[in-house]
Amino acid sequence: MTEQLHGLYVRDLRVSFDGFTAVDGVSLDVAPGDIRFLIGPNGAGKTTLVDAVTGLVKATGSVRFGDRELLGRPVHRISRLGVGRTFQTSTVFEELTVLQNLDIAAGARRGWATLLRRRHGVPDEVAEALEVIGLASRADQLAGTLAHGQKQWLEIGMLLVQDARLLLLDEPVAGMSHEERDATGQLLEQVSRDRTVVVIEHDMDFLRRFARTVTVLHAGKVLSEGTVAQVQADPRVQEVYLGHPVDAGTAPTATEA
Amino acid sequence: MTTVARDPVTAADPTPPAAKPAAGPSRHRFRAVAGFAFGAALLFAVAPLLLSDFRLSLLAKYLCVAMVAIGIGLAWGRGGMLALGQGVFFGLGGYAMAMHLKLADAGPGNMPDFMLLYGQLDELPLWWRPFASPWFALPATVLLPMAVAFVLGSLVFRRRVRGAYFAILSQALAAAMVILLIGQQGTTGGTNGLTDIQGFFGYDLDDPVNQRMVYFIIAGTLLALLALTRHLMQSRYGELLVAVRDGEERVRFLGYDPATVKLVAYVVAAGMAGLAGALFVPAVGIISPAMIGIVPSIEFVIGVAIGGRATLLGPVLGAVAVAWARTALSERFPGTWTYLQGLLFVVVVAFLPGGLASLVGLLRRGDGERRPGWLRRSRRTEAEAS
Ligand SMILES: Nc1ncnc2c1ncn2[C@@H]1O[C@H](COP(=O)(O)OP(=O)(O)OP(=O)(O)O)[C@@H](O)[C@H]1O
Ligand SMILES: [Mg+2]
Repeated sequence: MTEQLHGLYVRDLRVSFDGFTAVDGVSLDVAPGDIRFLIGPNGAGKTTLVDAVTGLVKATGSVRFGDRELLGRPVHRISRLGVGRTFQTSTVFEELTVLQNLDIAAGARRGWATLLRRRHGVPDEVAEALEVIGLASRADQLAGTLAHGQKQWLEIGMLLVQDARLLLLDEPVAGMSHEERDATGQLLEQVSRDRTVVVIEHDMDFLRRFARTVTVLHAGKVLSEGTVAQVQADPRVQEVYLGHPVDAGTAPTATEA
Repeated sequence: MTTVARDPVTAADPTPPAAKPAAGPSRHRFRAVAGFAFGAALLFAVAPLLLSDFRLSLLAKYLCVAMVAIGIGLAWGRGGMLALGQGVFFGLGGYAMAMHLKLADAGPGNMPDFMLLYGQLDELPLWWRPFASPWFALPATVLLPMAVAFVLGSLVFRRRVRGAYFAILSQALAAAMVILLIGQQGTTGGTNGLTDIQGFFGYDLDDPVNQRMVYFIIAGTLLALLALTRHLMQSRYGELLVAVRDGEERVRFLGYDPATVKLVAYVVAAGMAGLAGALFVPAVGIISPAMIGIVPSIEFVIGVAIGGRATLLGPVLGAVAVAWARTALSERFPGTWTYLQGLLFVVVVAFLPGGLASLVGLLRRGDGERRPGWLRRSRRTEAEAS
């Protein structure tokens, strides 16, 4: 793991849908190896921000990962630059096994000669990812039969074998039990040793335990940024969450679907 | 690295999958070889012994339809592309072959009979000429449909045209081709098509012995296409194709271009349809617009849906069954077949999306090991999990 760590640098990012501006001039820097949490009320533009970074929606401004500009490239090219993401709803390939899911994620650089042959055995990086996400004994199970939390881990495992250096995770612990959240948090800490991680989350307890830095979005703009303590103490943050200043520790979880 | 995200069940499981016996794949290969041997025996020994010449030539025709079905199974069942215009590729292959055979029948330097009949032509049109050579015509039966599919697929899949729009576009293409063929009667034979084909590379097609030979060529080709498709389905590409079917966007985010993945399956399916059309001509002696338009294009798909689109053999069995039922029933109850076919299609799509293959699978549920390989949607996946 000698890969160099890169940071994410967003400048004046703007995304509009038919006149409605979902991301309105966002600038933010995520340091290499950081675990940045992106929070904000429903509709704040968090997912749209990630969509713009990964090329799913058109945007203006600038998004650099390391020294490479991402805006303007097609989705699969951005992915090959080491940017991986998960979605708010699980998107594993349900009719394929855990192993097949990971093998596909590992294979974007394979040539046709390899693609047109059968897979024999388990590639090293896939075997390693199976261990890391704790699904080694379920490698041959159809992904559709996994429990919700396991699907989320499989998604993260797919990003690992894909060799993503920037992980953008959209609500990875939604619907997970306490134990599963802990395990996921530890997994994030582990992978952030040689990767930069951005997590969209509504769960404040999870945020307090695992965020290194936090950005609060509101109505498409950056409302507040800093450490967990700084952000929690910010009265503007408390105000957007319940309309009046309260303990930010309890409020935002209520917005979870 | 240590395992962090460990659940109790996982932790308790003593056998990691890597340690499972490696006997699985070789046993599957054995079963596949046995299955092919069985199919070969059926097609090459049983059918010719039991069936009259007339029935055997009907079967040859059905097997051509089955070849189209294999391709549709790949493109639609595995790739999610509802290929409702395969008649176009079937027709391109069929016309390419028929043009060559008509020219060969006429003899060097002569024009095909129908041109003399309708045409005010003094000489062979330019675009007919290359088809006089078998070295051009034979590869063209496969490469021409593949080229058209490549152009169409490149335009469509990159623009992310999906689902119903793709199906409608395919149908429009089939309709356009029919209109074109009928409009150019002087050079295409119009509504009649290219008829009354006598010879097949020096063999007289009226001779039952030669008809049998054509049947054997068709049966052999069908088996070869099945082997090719089986290999494709089980390759890494086959897994990727299913992934594109079930989550195109997700595949894109993994760094693949799904358009290319789909294009390959679509082009292969077109090549199979072209080959089927080419072999259909000596088996039946005619190719006409009525065999390649909207209705036949839909009928190709109906057989696949009924048989089970995501399986290897489902489309073949479905296609043969539907073609056979069509012959049997439309003789006795002309007119009702179209409705019956439509009804069957609706019932299957609504209540049995996996086709009849999944019905057999359901009946055998819980006895996965004894279920024949071709009945399983994801053969390896289920077998290894059990
Ligand atoms: N494709 C689209 N077309 C039009 N409007 C959109 C589109 N995608 C998102 N929006 C709008 O942009 C705004 C931001 O949406 P976004 O999904 O980014 O919010 P979010 O912060 O992720 O919210 P949540 O916490 O609910 O996931 C919302 O008002 C949404 O309705
Ligand atoms: Mg969102």
